[in-house]
This record gives sequence, structure tokens and C-alpha cells, in this order.
Amino acid sequence: MSGGQVKFPLDDLLRRDRFPHLWCQGCGLGIILSAFCRAVQEADIDLDHLVVVSGIGCAGRLSGYLNCDSFHATHGRAIPLASGAKIANPDLKVVVISGDGDLFAIGGNHFVHAARRNLEMLVICSNNFNYGMTGGQLGPTTPFQALTKTTPFGNWEEPLNLVQLASAAGATYVARWTVTYTQRLTNSIKKGLQREGFAFIEVVSPCPAIYGEMNEQGSAWQMWEELEAVSRIRDGIPPAEASLDIHERIICGDFIDRERAGYTLRLRQNRDVARQKALASYG
Amino acid sequence: MNEILTGTYLAQGDWACAEGAIAAGCRFFAAYPITPATEIMERMAVRLPQVGGDFVQFEDEIASMAAVVGASYTGAKAMTATSGPGLSLMAENVGLALMTEAPCVVVDIMRGGPSTGQPTMAAQGDLMQARWLTHGDYEMIALAPASVQEMFDLTIEAFNLAERYRLPVLLLADALIGQMYERLVIPEADQVRVENRKKPTVGPSDYLPFQVDDSLVPAMACFGEGYHFYVTGLTHDESGYPDMSPQGQGRLVTRLCAKVRERAGEIIRLDMYHLEDAEVAVVAYGMVARSARRAVDLARERGLRAGLLRLVTVWPFPTRFLDGLSHRLKALLVPEMNCGQLVHEVRGAARGCSVHSLPKPGPIPHSAEEIMEAMEGIEI
Ligand SMILES: Cc1ncc(C[n+]2csc(CCOP(=O)(O)OP(=O)(O)O)c2C)c(N)n1
Ligand SMILES: [Mg+2]
Repeated sequence: MSGGQVKFPLDDLLRRDRFPHLWCQGCGLGIILSAFCRAVQEADIDLDHLVVVSGIGCAGRLSGYLNCDSFHATHGRAIPLASGAKIANPDLKVVVISGDGDLFAIGGNHFVHAARRNLEMLVICSNNFNYGMTGGQLGPTTPFQALTKTTPFGNWEEPLNLVQLASAAGATYVARWTVTYTQRLTNSIKKGLQREGFAFIEVVSPCPAIYGEMNEQGSAWQMWEELEAVSRIRDGIPPAEASLDIHERIICGDFIDRERAGYTLRLRQNRDVARQKALASYG
Repeated sequence: MNEILTGTYLAQGDWACAEGAIAAGCRFFAAYPITPATEIMERMAVRLPQVGGDFVQFEDEIASMAAVVGASYTGAKAMTATSGPGLSLMAENVGLALMTEAPCVVVDIMRGGPSTGQPTMAAQGDLMQARWLTHGDYEMIALAPASVQEMFDLTIEAFNLAERYRLPVLLLADALIGQMYERLVIPEADQVRVENRKKPTVGPSDYLPFQVDDSLVPAMACFGEGYHFYVTGLTHDESGYPDMSPQGQGRLVTRLCAKVRERAGEIIRLDMYHLEDAEVAVVAYGMVARSARRAVDLARERGLRAGLLRLVTVWPFPTRFLDGLSHRLKALLVPEMNCGQLVHEVRGAARGCSVHSLPKPGPIPHSAEEIMEAMEGIEI
């Protein structure tokens, strides 16, 4: 290859001119990006109809590396922006990829309502237990007593169980994986992409440079080893029992897999009713 | 089901706004209920599904505005409608629409404020909010209807401007205009002029989403058309990629401002009444301009050469026109339903004559007599 670029298997899915990416060494977002690309390939998703929306944060930068239509929205507002796109053009395959703070603190209300509506979209949350982009502050998933820049004496709040929330709000597919389960994560994303309903995947993703550093979790390698050691797969258990304790036990698996009419389908049914009523009343 | 309900009606302002939107091609509406704008939403809930569009009541105004931006990027003409408290919540995503150049229309039916204020009553307290809603550097376009007919006509105009310049356009109406019933003529479909955004003329491999020609407005590809473009609220270059260079910021915000500033002459619409020989003129918009028009008649009956400049476009502001006018006048009077906002802008522009403020916090607008007496009270 004289002067040409080396061709990599995921090249068609990536914006090569955007690399190197901005993530720190040992960050799990690269795994999420490659698992997502593989899942898109395996599910044979038409790149021309794929739209990936993200909010603000380290995870929020993921959409910018994908070679499809993508939107880097405001902090917390990826889901409603994606909702507008999906509703206005139901032919699109819409995915939201963002962080724990973006999706569940500032954007928490939108998550609940999109799941309730069963909007046909896949939401992937990179859960790194803190606000990475802004330097390591408390987030809605930060473990009890963990150290962050805004809980310098230990977190006195309790974290949210994301899969339990997603299930209670009405998501039709709910799963949790750590980035160490690359193959299962890929399969899970594939499932989420193929679903005509609200699908949610939490991905436990290490942040060695900031969160790990503050909580003395050792090197990136040690953090990854610990993740592997504490993770267990329990497909099908009630999400409320899918506990997440980063030092003791992380329950992973497919927890919810159910059918329910999607939102844009319901909107089309509403159109039919509206037209019939209009015809009746205008004689 | 007809898209344009041609005919003559006794209609409410909010209703006329909804019909104007549909006539302009609006097919996506997202909002959250709030007095006195709710009737727009309720009309859209009936009409949009009938004409093949989508109506969604979102969980709040933040989501509504975000959804409007998302819908706009699929090519849909999208709108939301709210009042002060909701507009405050929309601020950040109106900024996103400005930064990502997403054409859309935002309707603000003004009520008393700040905070929850007087929900059912009129005011003109959002004039400056309309201009400086979100943080950063930008130009806004805001139109101020003064009749039910204009609620229809200017909603169409707002969509046309949004499509032409690729930005969110505000329709700023006081509650009295939104809530009142008046004669409305909806024209034949072929009499409605509708503009659409410029589409790319090149293929995906040559497309730069924020590259501009002399118009300073980039051609807009939409999601799902195969262009594979990236959009960000970060400062970006022509390719749409983040640009954190010092020059990048200057280039982008200068263009975003210039695309409106350089076309201000085409955008600004003014309604002039007896200005030719006037000594004293009123500057007003919305409901207050209606009282002012009558005040001009009353003053002229009593021998005072009065005139009216009604702002149809409140932003961008007709600075140069007002300055020119002020050199032909002895005084300008600025009645407004607030504690004094427009008057500062008029003072900044009109250097040729004295400028007098006639503030009156809502909900009761100035009577024609009050405005006439204020004109007569100015020593010239
Ligand atoms: C309205 C608003 N508030 C605050 C911020 C600052 N901010 C940027 S990213 C971020 C947190 C992101 O955390 P998370 O979603 O967990 O993503 P991560 O960086 O950890 O991947 C915050 C608070 C912002 N951009 N916008
Ligand atoms: Mg985080």
C-alpha cells in the first residue's frame, strides 16, 4: 500500500479522520464503540438510515466517531432530540449513546417518559460511576461512600439501579453488561438494534484515569481484572434483584425481553382515527 | 382533509396561529400545555394527524424544544408554542437550534411575569427575552402580530424566514392577541407563499454540512438521506467537526450573526401610519400598537401631527430606519406593557429627537386616550 491508509475491519463504520479519539487510556468507551460497530454490521443495519444521538460528556463524544448521521445534542437532551427525529421519520433507526449523568441526572425525566412511550430506539448508557468529562464529580450512579471531587469525604447518597428504573418505566428490552463481556455486549446491542420498541443497555465501563484514581482502584488493568472477577450473568432475573456493587458483585444479563406496540406505530393509528373522524364530521 | 381551510372565520388568535402553521407546511409539533398558548397545542392535536403530521405532548418544554430540533433535522417543518415560563426552559435548546442552524418556529404567547406571574393575563415583558433568550453571540428573528389575521400570516412568514435563514424564528404575541376573536380570512392554497430550505446540490462525498456561499446559509441535508453528517452544539468548522481554535469561534459566530445582519433589510417589516408629516410618533408593537393607532387619529383630530411606527418585526431591530426617522421628528413616544424595555432600544437608535417612555405593566393595555394624552404632554 503506497501511501494509502491501512484498511481496518470497522473502517466503513468509523470517521477515520476523527481519530485518535479523545478518551483516556483504559477507558471502556472504545470497547463500547467497537461492540456497537460490530453489532451494526452483524445486524446488517443500513448506515444511510442509522442516526446516533448523544448528549454531553465523554460518552457523548461517541456519536462523533461514527460514519452515519449523528448528533451531539445538549446535556441530558439526547433522548428527546432523538424522539423528535424518530417520530418525524419512523424509517430511521435511532440510537442514543450517552453517559450515566447525562441520561439519568439531568436527562432522567426524558428517559422515564421515552421508555413509558415505548419509543422505538436503543439507548446505551456508559456507566462509569462519575462525571468523567468535567473531572470526576458525583453522579446518580456513584456508589455509596465513593470519593469524587464533589464528595471529597465519601458519597452520602445512594445510587440508582438503572435497569430497575428502565424496567419499571416500561422498556421492552433491558440488559446490563460490563465491557469485559465484549461478545455478549455485541449480541445484546444487536438485539436492541433489531427491536421495534424502547431498548436499554447499561454498560459498566471503567474510568481508571479519574474515578479509579480517586478511589485507589489501581491501574486500568487492575480495574478490568476486578470487573471480571465480580461480574456474574443471571439472565432473566427481576431487574430489582440485579444488584450492582463494583467491589462485590455486578449482576449482568438480559433481564427484560417483552413485546409492546411501539410509539410511532401508535401515532400512525392515531392518524387513521383522526382522518376517519374528520371525514365523518365533514360529511 | 384539507390542509388549508380557505374561508372567512370569526377565529381566535391561537387557532389562527395553528392554521397558519399547517398552511406553511408544519408537520411536527411538540409542546407542553401552558396558558395562554394551550389553544395552539389543542388545535394542533386535532389537525396534525388529519393532515399526516405528528403532534406530541412532551414531558416538559425542554424536551419539546429538543424534539423540534430533532424533527427539523429529518426535514420536517417543526414548531412549538409556549408562554414565558416554558420559553425560559426552552432557552438552551433554542441556542442549539441557532448553533446547529435547525429551521423551526417557536411561539411565545406572552403573559405576566417574572415566574408564574399572571398566567391568564396579558403583558409584553418578554421582548428582551426574545432577543437574548440563550447564552452566547447570535441574532434572533422575532415577529409580533397585532391581530388574529397576523397570527395566521406571520406564522407562515416565521416558517419562511426559518427555512430561508436556517434558524429558530420566534412569534412573539401578547396574550390578548392570542386569546382574542376576530375576523380571519384564510386564502386559497395557491395564494399562500411557502419557502423551503436549500438542499445540497452535491453528493455525500463532496458535502460539507456547514459550508456556505454568499448567502451565508449552508445547504441542509437531512437524516436518512445518505449524507452521513455530524452535527454538534460545539463550535464547529465547515465539516461540522468540533473546532476549538480561536479563529474557529470567530468564524462561526460572526457568520451566524452576519447571515441575519446582512439581510436585515429583507427581514424587517414595519407598518407606518401617518409618518410622512408627523412631528410626534409612537413606536409600539402588538396590542399596544392598536391603541396607538387610534391615539394617532384622536391626536390628529385635535391638531397634533402624530404618527405611528408599528414594529411587525421586533428583532432584528430597525435601528437605522429609526435613526433616520428621528431626524424628521420632534419626539418619539414608546408605550409598552411592561416596566420599560423597548424604550431602551429606541433610545439607542433614535439620535435625532427626544424619546419618551410610557410603561404600563400588564394586564390592561394602554387606552388610546392615555397614549394621546402622553403625546400631547410632550413639550416640543
Ligand atoms: C446544562 C449543562 N450543565 C452542565 C454541563 C457540564 N457537563 C458536561 S459533561 C457533564 C457530565 C457528564 O457526565 P456523564 O454523562 O456521566 O458522562 P461521562 O463524561 O462520565 O462519560 C457535565 C455536568 C453542561 N455541558 N451542560
Ligand atoms: Mg459518567
